[in-house]
Amino acid sequence: MQELQAYLPALTKGAGVTLMLATSSVILALCIGMAGAMAKLSGSRSLVSLATAYTTLIRGVPEFVMMLLVFYGGQIVVNRLASAMGFRAPDIDAFVTAVFTIGFIFGAYYTETFRGAILGVPRGQMEAARAYGFSSWLAFRRILFPQMVRLALPAAVNNWLVLLKTTAIASLIGLHDVMFIADQAGRTTQAPMTFYLAACVVYLIVTSGSTAWLASKRAQLNRGVREGRLHS
Amino acid sequence: MNFDDLMQLAPAYANGLVVTVQLTVYSLALGLAIAIPLSILRVAPNRLLSGPVAVYTWFMRGTPLLAQLMIVYYGFGQFQWVQDAWQRGNPFLAPLRDPFSCALIALTANTCAYTTEILAGALRATPYGEVEAAQAYGMSRVTAWRRILLPSALRRFIPAYSNEIILMLHGTSLVSAITLIDLTGAARDFYANFYAPFEAFISVGTVYFGLTAIFSFLIRLTERRYLAHLRPQSFRKLARG
Repeated sequence: MQELQAYLPALTKGAGVTLMLATSSVILALCIGMAGAMAKLSGSRSLVSLATAYTTLIRGVPEFVMMLLVFYGGQIVVNRLASAMGFRAPDIDAFVTAVFTIGFIFGAYYTETFRGAILGVPRGQMEAARAYGFSSWLAFRRILFPQMVRLALPAAVNNWLVLLKTTAIASLIGLHDVMFIADQAGRTTQAPMTFYLAACVVYLIVTSGSTAWLASKRAQLNRGVREGRLHS
Repeated sequence: MNFDDLMQLAPAYANGLVVTVQLTVYSLALGLAIAIPLSILRVAPNRLLSGPVAVYTWFMRGTPLLAQLMIVYYGFGQFQWVQDAWQRGNPFLAPLRDPFSCALIALTANTCAYTTEILAGALRATPYGEVEAAQAYGMSRVTAWRRILLPSALRRFIPAYSNEIILMLHGTSLVSAITLIDLTGAARDFYANFYAPFEAFISVGTVYFGLTAIFSFLIRLTERRYLAHLRPQSFRKLARG
């Protein structure tokens, strides 16, 4: 317990890094996901096949392998580019690598989530909006988006939980997140169990909090929807 | 980087492939076997039965797989009684020193939690008529579970579970963190020896991609067999029948 107290500030800082990484990557992933879903539903053959290739590739390769490739390969690419343009290459940062890798990976999962949600909104809604003379941006913003949020929310939160847990692998490329700090502290104090469990508590707080938030948000979004009940 | 270097590493990759496939298949099989009784407890109306399972799945699903691997492999060494047991050569605690057994324990515990929740969801979705029909036929509770509830739920469970299979295959890529040389471990060694990240990680990524395709194919075969009644039928067949 004493060891834990001594490392509490470091662990808190690590938890901050984990949260920063998770929120930065989820923002990137949400943007890629929206673009990917639009591409998949665009009807343009090249865009559809590009988006399909992207989601298929991501589903086939483990996150960790992807991260190692970006981390070690990215440095070489940056070095070559920099020397070709004649200036000193910047060092590739573990945080930046992790944000891009995780954002890129979960962009694929959000693509599928958003695609399903857009398809779940009845076609007539968009047709009605266009018939009223809404521009396509206005129709998206006022008609499609509010309705798709309700449909996408459960899967989107689930993706967020998986993403948060995935950030732990960034500790393996040297990012000082909560997992990394716990690992170091556990080795130094020879109390690894204490510190791994402390890191677990951080993840559990965020995952449980997100799940609780989803439950309340869902009730709020579904208040206008009558759900079929089999046995009441 | 030349062809000879690549050939030199072929055995390491082959061994890594074996470790990856073994870990995936064993942990999925064990996890599923344990998840079946746990999911029955999970849907039990008695809180004393469902509560402990709920706590277990909450912990496993709320924490990273990496943390679970570390806890099993490095965590237990903290306790003096575990160290003493290792000294005495206690066969029950010996697996906690071996990276392969530790990886298997952590992966099984992880997939079992997700599988339990998926299966519990499938059980909760049992149509009321099926339970009623089983009772009407005078089936005992055990017979109804064995002949009606479980087979019906296991069929509904397949599509969601197929996702878990792929996640598990990818999850095994973390075991190199506990010194085990799986496919990813072999690629990391390759990188350390030759400083050739593209060759190392793209080659191994391709192998994972192939493995994912094989697993997906096997899942599709299973779905064809066990979800045959859900397959769209051609109009002609229906008209004839």
